[in-house]
Amino acid sequence: MNTQAKPSKLIAGATGDWEVVIGLEIHAQVTSKSKLFSGASTEFGGEPNTHVSLVDAAMPGMLPVINEECVKQAIRTGLALKAQINHRSVFDRKNYFYPDLPQGYQISQYKHPIVGEGEVLVDLSPTEQIKVGIERLHLEQDAGKSLHDLSPNDSHVDLNRSGVALMEIVSKPDMRSAEEAKAYVSKLRTIVRYAGTCDGNMEQGSLRADVNVSVRKPGDPFGTRCEIKNVNSIRFIGQAIEVEARRQIGIIEDGGKIDQETRLYDPSKGETRSMRSKEEAHDYRYFPDPDLLPLEFDQAYVDVLAADLPELPDEKKARFIAQYGLTPYDAGVLVLERAFGDYFEEATKGRDAKLVANWVINELFGRLNKEGKGIEESPVTAAQIGGIVDLISSDVISGKIAKDLFEIVWSEGGDPADIVEKRGMKQVTDTGAIEAAVDEIIAKNPDKVEQAKAKPTMLGWFVGQVMKATGGKANPQAVNELLKSKLGI
Amino acid sequence: MTDLTRLTLAEARDGLKAKKFTSVELTQAHVDAVTRAKQLNCYIVETPEKALDMAKAADARLARGEGGALEGLPLGIKDLYCTDGVQTTAASHILEGFVPRYESTVTSNLWRDGAVMLGKLNLDEFAMGSSNETSYFGPVVSPWRRNGSDAKIVPGGSSGGSSAAVAAHLCLGATATDTGGSIRQPAAFTGTVGIKPTYGRCSRWGIVAFASSLDQAGPITRNVRDCAIMLRSMAGHDLKDTTSVDAPVPDYEKAVGASVKGKVIGIPREYRLDGLSPEIAALWDRGIDWLRAAGAEIRDISLPHTRHALPAYYIVAPAEASSNLARYDGIRYGLRKTGKDIVDLYEKTRAEGFGKEVRRRIMIGTYVLSAGYYDAYYLRAQKIRSLIKRDFDLAYEAGVDAILTPATPSPAFAQGEKGSADPVEMYLNDVFTVTVNMAGLPGLVVPAGLSSDGLPLGLQLIGRPFEEETLFSLGEAIEQAAPKMVLPEPWWD
Repeated sequence: MNTQAKPSKLIAGATGDWEVVIGLEIHAQVTSKSKLFSGASTEFGGEPNTHVSLVDAAMPGMLPVINEECVKQAIRTGLALKAQINHRSVFDRKNYFYPDLPQGYQISQYKHPIVGEGEVLVDLSPTEQIKVGIERLHLEQDAGKSLHDLSPNDSHVDLNRSGVALMEIVSKPDMRSAEEAKAYVSKLRTIVRYAGTCDGNMEQGSLRADVNVSVRKPGDPFGTRCEIKNVNSIRFIGQAIEVEARRQIGIIEDGGKIDQETRLYDPSKGETRSMRSKEEAHDYRYFPDPDLLPLEFDQAYVDVLAADLPELPDEKKARFIAQYGLTPYDAGVLVLERAFGDYFEEATKGRDAKLVANWVINELFGRLNKEGKGIEESPVTAAQIGGIVDLISSDVISGKIAKDLFEIVWSEGGDPADIVEKRGMKQVTDTGAIEAAVDEIIAKNPDKVEQAKAKPTMLGWFVGQVMKATGGKANPQAVNELLKSKLGI
Repeated sequence: MTDLTRLTLAEARDGLKAKKFTSVELTQAHVDAVTRAKQLNCYIVETPEKALDMAKAADARLARGEGGALEGLPLGIKDLYCTDGVQTTAASHILEGFVPRYESTVTSNLWRDGAVMLGKLNLDEFAMGSSNETSYFGPVVSPWRRNGSDAKIVPGGSSGGSSAAVAAHLCLGATATDTGGSIRQPAAFTGTVGIKPTYGRCSRWGIVAFASSLDQAGPITRNVRDCAIMLRSMAGHDLKDTTSVDAPVPDYEKAVGASVKGKVIGIPREYRLDGLSPEIAALWDRGIDWLRAAGAEIRDISLPHTRHALPAYYIVAPAEASSNLARYDGIRYGLRKTGKDIVDLYEKTRAEGFGKEVRRRIMIGTYVLSAGYYDAYYLRAQKIRSLIKRDFDLAYEAGVDAILTPATPSPAFAQGEKGSADPVEMYLNDVFTVTVNMAGLPGLVVPAGLSSDGLPLGLQLIGRPFEEETLFSLGEAIEQAAPKMVLPEPWWD
């Protein structure tokens, strides 16, 4: 693990450089049809209190029954994090009172989580990679939601989320900058989406983070940390860390000391605020939930899940580099989402992979980004991109025409080869036709010809004129060669 | 016609099959008896109309030659079992007026087999108590009286409504629950039979939880056969309770009357407590003699961790209770007292909604689970629990089939006589019964005689896990040998 940050990551203070130490607790909603301990739906956005079973509402005498699919999802995630899978884990009760917590306790895993230590490789740039250790992953119930804006005097409670399964993924304090923390969350999000265990949708709250931040002088022991609760976007995670680190440095440099406490990040004001101090911290009185037996399974159970796990981003990236000769950067981009890699692999079948990667990343992703669309909404299919690349590779169209063709396919659809045929977009490789155009331009511009002889960079002007005269369809290489020989340069 | 409430459950069953009377007649006789016995305060809610509707339906099935094992038999239900459409309170103000829209698994099983519900039986609040004096709906009065006295005697607890109703012929049998002795101690106090089955034998789904790792449902009846019949209907695996056990339910009635010859009966020396009353000691000795005479082999055994059981129980049970009762917060159902903010609402609701004993146990449970105390109390209590279980395992491995002990350290006492100054005085009632819950074992209590002042006394048989049949065979042997238990004549009518 990287125990000390590179000098470039240090924060300059009045008394010298400071190192920020970050650990994250990610709450990832398990992708499952029903809740962790009840059969109620997990669907997002239902009318309040429509996805609530008797168990979720904690009616008298109700008992939790573990949803096996959630257990499998936790194991799959653990495998994807290259983590130790614990064949025996225990559900505990975390006791506290809150109106959106109907049981008066959250069922969680405290001393014996289902997943132990693992690690995540995080790319910071094409050349810089760090390892972030995973401390543990455990299963727990989500709470409901308190609604304070429905009436002036009363608060209301929506229990639709009450009992939905969450995975709490706890990292080791291995990150040394906001950039590293952001990259880690992005990578973790990519991994759980690959594994199909969490949809990673941060706007809907499927992925939220508690951020632990402390600062120290490089080489010193860890400082006192503060926990920033419930940050719900990668951008805010970065901002919260920057702001909190500077706050802590300021206090220490003014001779103060950091109080261990829970804080909230307010993005509108760009500050963190104290939520509760260590003294006010809850005593959760954890104890094993007597309603649930310890969760036990054998290695064979894990093996079946491991066998069904899809290829994960790190493996896929290595394969793309080895199999297709892609650059690490291109391979890295193409594995960010499982759907990217699938799209690329379909488009590149039997084609020049580098060229396909170039078109997928620059043209397609560029355009999708501009329109705010996901790859699943792309109007251009992998087969269509492949068709465009085929036309370029076989010199039927030029790269420039190909961009026009892409626009047509994007907005109108259709088979790229047909479009080129019907609209006469084919590149002119017939040297006779090109030669005629060249001769005509030379004949019309004797002054320019003289200039070109003295200044060979004028060649570009002639190329442009020929391309214009041929409607951009002339093979640029043939034009170049003809012009050079006719102009004698 | 003879008084149909005088029949045992088995006799009533056979009479219905033989068409000697109808379920409506049988049920009406019980409804009338319940109406006349209001001063015993056994029922929190009476459901005569529902009972007669169920009886009519049962008669129709019986007329067609159909019907289940309990067809047409009127029973009382401890008000800890949730009953669809019928108020369920756990005898607590905090649940007053709560009407579930669901039915507990155990009561569903009873209705599946054709039983008729007379109403909801009183109990100690949230099943916390040994005398039924902690009920928000007032104490239950035992049908028993001391010789020459009309002092009100307690029926035991927490299933005091169940035991008193069975002893007073206000139902043919009753459901009960047992966390530390709440079936067996009331049975002993009222001259009735009660079994706490092996943990996991009956589903806990739909029963208001007290201490989840200890709670078990079971019946109280007037004899061993009736107890076996009822348990068969109540027991079974339930996917809604993961602590329930997937094991076949035997026909327990067949075990009643089976020979006990050669059964090895353990007599634990640690149960001969200092200060065990001579009367109880003598009763125990008679029980040993009866079983020996029936052909059983008597063997002295040691259960060395017994003396730690009661203190450990009073850590584990309140700890679980403090968490189980957190849901009664005034937000979704039951009592709500408004406050100036949410914390005020919680405090006012729970202060008014819970009685003194419940509040005490929540406080104890919260304390023993708190940071800094958890290891010293809860964790140590769990370790003791393992040791207690191991004591029993070793005895059974050495060939013991069942263990005979007294059920209670004393006969029933009068209302207000115990525990008002020192709650521990009340807790000591459970000294012979809590070990069984801590080890998850089955325990049967059968009446064995009367105290010097004319109150019933019981003996307890503790069995191997899921070997309730052995207990029924041995229990019936004691029932046959003991002087016949004559239940009190109705002075309350």
